[in-house]
Amino acid sequence: MILDAKIPAGPLAEKWSKHKFNLKLVNPANKRKYNVIVVGTGLAGASAAASLAELGYNVTAFCFQDSPRRAHSIAAQGGINAAKNYRNDGDSVYRLFYDTIKGGDYRAREGNVYRLAEVSVNIIDQCVAQGVPFAREYGGLLDNRSFGGSQVSRTFYARGQTGQQLLLGAYSALNRQIHEGKVKMYTRTEMLDVVVADGKAQGIITRNLITGAIETHAGHAVLLATGGYGNVFYLSTNAMASNVTAAWRAHKRGAFFANPCYTQIHPTCIPVSGDHQSKLTLMSESLRNDGRVWAPKTPELAQKLRKGELKVTDLKEEDRDYFLERKYPSFGNLVPRDVASRNAKEAVDEGKGVGGSGVAVFLDFAESIARLGEDTVRAKYGNLFDMYMQITDENPYKVPMRIYPAVHYTMGGLWVDYNLSTNVPGLYCLGEANFSDHGANRLGASALMQGLADGYFVIPYTLGDYLATIGPKAIDTNNPAFAQTKKDVTDRIEKLLALRGTKTVDEYHRELGHIMWEYCGMARTEDGLTKAKGLIASLKADFWKNAIVLGENEEFNSSLEKAGRVADFIELGALMVEDALQRKESCGGHFRVESQTEEGEALRDDDNFAYVAAWEYKGEDVPEVLNKEPLVYENVKLTQRSYK
Amino acid sequence: MSTNGNMNLTLKVWRQKNAQSEGSMVTYKADGISPDMSFLEMLDVVNEDLIHKGDDPIHFDHDCREGICGMCSLYINGQPHGPKRAITTCQLHMRSFKDGETITIEPWRAAAFPVVKDLAVDRSAFDRIQQAGGYVSVNTGGVPDANEIAIPKVIADEAFNSATCIGCGACVAACKNASAMLFVSAKISQFALLPQGQPERYSRAQAMVAQMDEEGFGSCTNTGACEAECPKEISLTNIGRMNNDYLSAKLFRQEDVNRG
Ligand SMILES: Cc1cc2nc3c(=O)[nH]c(=O)nc-3n(C[C@H](O)[C@H](O)[C@H](O)COP(=O)(O)OP(=O)(O)OC[C@H]3O[C@@H](n4cnc5c(N)ncnc54)[C@H](O)[C@@H]3O)c2cc1C
Ligand code: SF4
Ligand code: FES
Repeated sequence: MILDAKIPAGPLAEKWSKHKFNLKLVNPANKRKYNVIVVGTGLAGASAAASLAELGYNVTAFCFQDSPRRAHSIAAQGGINAAKNYRNDGDSVYRLFYDTIKGGDYRAREGNVYRLAEVSVNIIDQCVAQGVPFAREYGGLLDNRSFGGSQVSRTFYARGQTGQQLLLGAYSALNRQIHEGKVKMYTRTEMLDVVVADGKAQGIITRNLITGAIETHAGHAVLLATGGYGNVFYLSTNAMASNVTAAWRAHKRGAFFANPCYTQIHPTCIPVSGDHQSKLTLMSESLRNDGRVWAPKTPELAQKLRKGELKVTDLKEEDRDYFLERKYPSFGNLVPRDVASRNAKEAVDEGKGVGGSGVAVFLDFAESIARLGEDTVRAKYGNLFDMYMQITDENPYKVPMRIYPAVHYTMGGLWVDYNLSTNVPGLYCLGEANFSDHGANRLGASALMQGLADGYFVIPYTLGDYLATIGPKAIDTNNPAFAQTKKDVTDRIEKLLALRGTKTVDEYHRELGHIMWEYCGMARTEDGLTKAKGLIASLKADFWKNAIVLGENEEFNSSLEKAGRVADFIELGALMVEDALQRKESCGGHFRVESQTEEGEALRDDDNFAYVAAWEYKGEDVPEVLNKEPLVYENVKLTQRSYK
Repeated sequence: MSTNGNMNLTLKVWRQKNAQSEGSMVTYKADGISPDMSFLEMLDVVNEDLIHKGDDPIHFDHDCREGICGMCSLYINGQPHGPKRAITTCQLHMRSFKDGETITIEPWRAAAFPVVKDLAVDRSAFDRIQQAGGYVSVNTGGVPDANEIAIPKVIADEAFNSATCIGCGACVAACKNASAMLFVSAKISQFALLPQGQPERYSRAQAMVAQMDEEGFGSCTNTGACEAECPKEISLTNIGRMNNDYLSAKLFRQEDVNRG
């Protein structure tokens, strides 16, 4: 099937304005007759729920944490991009659009990305009006910094906790609507399925995580804003409970899953310290503004460092290889994430890794501390340095940090059109859970931008068009699809609870993570992926025989919660491998070893792969069908990305 | 799970099936713990063992494991978030403990935070306080350009310090009266300091304080235990600011308050 993204015709800069004008409106008096379900109250979900409620719709919102304020968005550190051009350094909507398309290695849609850049400026205004305390300069105006993949300073930030401050802003808008009675909020509640009745999404089935109650909620539309699936790798920078279940269940009800193999490995994370490791901690990319990445020049020197025969601070300048500055003189340490990560892996593969495990490179602040003074460095990055010290027991003001890439973000997700609608009418997807704007690689500080763009400024317009089309008639929960979906959910829970085998769910999760990291991580090959396919299939079979799931449904049961999520991750893992296999080119975060330039950079194959891969579920253990959405470029010229 | 550590510990952990049942302290062994593990990773190891034995794992709240979501909430050896200053439970590492030590782990204790299971409590009272007025009443769209509002850096920085509260509830757990003043005052202060918060400044303080009282939190007797245990080092000066605003709200006539 050839998919239609419904990108409006006309010049790039006019598409969104024209489209907004052409969308149908819901009469203000009718809005309260509609009920909209919003699953997930991170940046994307909270901003959507609040904005839709402000318009007059009734909103029912869900999250699995004990409060919407704790969504994974809270952990974002570095910042949020916007084309404000407050620095007068040559930024513009077009430049942000261009950087994002190029950063995504020409695998995102022009129309979507341009709109994202266009509304980015409104996001900052909105957040400031809510009282979000962005960093300011002495003159009282907003400060900016630069981020990887860009040569202008367009990133707004709030110390090292931009995510928390933006989320608290969206949460406050949500709270106001809860107070007004326009949003009904369910916390500690997990969506376990979507009800698709007569071809439209009309409700969801949820489980109350404390009592185990399985409930049905009906709505005129269902919005999924349930975050990314990086935890398929077990170790990632995502919060422990981030998972793919909502999107995966929707996929099994007919929603296409797009580009699942596009995952982002973030270059600056604290390296793994042992088998007990439960998650990885990101050191914000902003550190690359002042930190210099290097490895010892030779494997021999690296070995001496690892054995403690040589101190890092004693290593002579000429024995250090600042490999990013050397290979990419114009972007230096600020090359995009995929490029920085691959280069770190290369150094380690060549035996130049440092730290106890030898799986790390240095991020060094000595030069900036000498240039700016320790106080200035502390003011900029103090909380990150503290975090590093807390975890590693080393002082980065004195010795260079050790860093290594870790799974961080997933560009793939549910396929959506320009209106953020999946191919199932009435089912929408926002934020990291959709696939739409980042192509094969996301630039730093643009996930927060996309989540808030979707929630505050896109969905309030596009949803109205659908709602006006279907009309405000009450949803008929007597439609057999409701009872059937509920039964499917309870059957699956019973099946999970019947598992009293020998291996814990975490053990399966860890094993899946190893397979994914080894074969579907930073470098992928035909052979490796084929092997992974077999390994995942046996892992799945073994899980459904030998996993241990304890307790019962009618209680707060973390064992059951995890089991359901890991079972979905295993199936998603298989699809990611399938997707990585079919995409024989390299692009952005997807590096196929067979497809590289002479210099070892990702080599795209635009003639054969300039498309979105949207997978269609066909039934248990039946191969999924690949549908393609061709990517058409009318404004930018596709070139080999170069950051030299 | 293979662990390569050499610390052997005894844990005394509060176990409680649900809000309706009685709880009690139960003793567990945690052997082979590495000093590089985080406190929660140590509990993961214990839980994996329990699951293998067919026993219900110890339930505790956690998510980000990097000190920002405010979900983790353990009362360790009589201190919320454990012995170290200015960090959350998930940032605590086992190197802060000694081999052979006995560690007592309890949930937050406060009437307004009922136990849900084992070490997890219900903190929805905090959400309800925020819902009562913890916002600037602006709709999406139609707001002025962000740089039309210049805010002196010192003011912005101070508002920021208040805004760093992660809503964990350690302040309540630390307080002998289970007062929520530090948490509530932090939010009120953020908005009281910023120009965006001025129009609703006094009505906000009134509404949030009223909700706080309704939730059954205790009163403040200026002991300062909250400030000492707060992982984000939220300052007691916030409480003074809140009290001033609350009093001003009462002094004004109601219509003035509503008009701001
Ligand atoms: C450590 C870290 C740092 C980052 N730093 C930056 C940065 O500096 N700049 C940037 O732009 N991006 C950054 N990112 C990426 C960015 O934070 C995320 O992509 C973004 O916040 C995702 O927002 P979201 O609203 O889509 O999802 P989330 O914030 O993950 O929210 C998901 C929501 O869905 C709910 N949910 C999920 N499944 C279900 C279910 N089945 N039932 C009910 N509810 C469910 C959850 O409870 C939650 O409310 C960072 C990411 C990480 C991990
Ligand atoms: S004031 Fe401190 S202790 Fe209290 S909720 Fe906020 S961060 Fe936690
Ligand atoms: S788990 Fe998020 S603050 Fe501890």
